[in-house]
Amino acid sequence: MLLIPCPWCGPRDEAEFHYGGQAHVAYPEDPAALSDEEWARYLFFRDNPKGLFAERWSHTAGCRRWFNAVRDTATNEIHAVYRVGEPRPVIA
Amino acid sequence: MAERRSPAAAFAARFEAASAGGGPRLAEIPFLTQIDLRVDPKSPAAERIGTAIGVPLPLEPGTAVRGGDLTVLWLGPDEWLLLGPDGAAPGLVERLTEAAAGEPVSVVDVSAQRTTLVVAGERARDVLAHGCALDLHPRVFGPGRCAQTTLARAGVVLVAGEDGFRMLVRSSFAAYVAEWLLDASLEYVTPPAGEAAPA
Ligand SMILES: [Zn+2]
Repeated sequence: MLLIPCPWCGPRDEAEFHYGGQAHVAYPEDPAALSDEEWARYLFFRDNPKGLFAERWSHTAGCRRWFNAVRDTATNEIHAVYRVGEPRPVIA
Repeated sequence: MAERRSPAAAFAARFEAASAGGGPRLAEIPFLTQIDLRVDPKSPAAERIGTAIGVPLPLEPGTAVRGGDLTVLWLGPDEWLLLGPDGAAPGLVERLTEAAAGEPVSVVDVSAQRTTLVVAGERARDVLAHGCALDLHPRVFGPGRCAQTTLARAGVVLVAGEDGFRMLVRSSFAAYVAEWLLDASLEYVTPPAGEAAPA
């Protein structure tokens, strides 16, 4: 079980959270102008790194807020959590 | 007026027996007023609401403040739950709506959503620890703290008090949580003389 530090509530069991996939995927400025391929790329294509990955989590059983976390996909270590609207922290 | 039945009313006798046997004090406080409030904490409306209810909205995550017969629980960065006595909802909604004065504020009477269970006494923390992953030690979760979390996988709002906890649980989960509490309390309850200890 992961202990995930909610930026509002502090460390909580993984079971209190829902995963929201890759963070910082911007909604297209003008969706109607996109080709089918570009739209599919926006909808379905995500990074799949081995290592640091910025992703969205929702503290569904707690404060019910979405936030971002930088997690190492190889070790599950969470290097940073930050609130929506805050920039992705630089991790050395 | 139609008869009201609280979600855990059927457990009153078993709660009492567990409490009398040396277990934690278990009880239901039915029909508390619960108002869900959403407002930008930096807005003038939030300040006016604080004045209207006599206590500023707590801004620190996981804290609760008392003002008169109201308890205000932090549920999120722009969300609070106001707890008051039975029957206080209409007046409270009116005061909050008035204080909002047209600003984007949400005031919803959610009193019927959850009932309130008391888990108090010396063994309260031990019993809850059987199904709650939070650190409930008074150093971390003493009076003035509250948390939305899970107990035995059911969503609850825990409120720490001087002598134990009040726990808000969804009406449809109340019977399950009550059964779970009785079961978790079993090892702390001494059976009445002449009766065998439960297996
Ligand atoms: Zn949270």
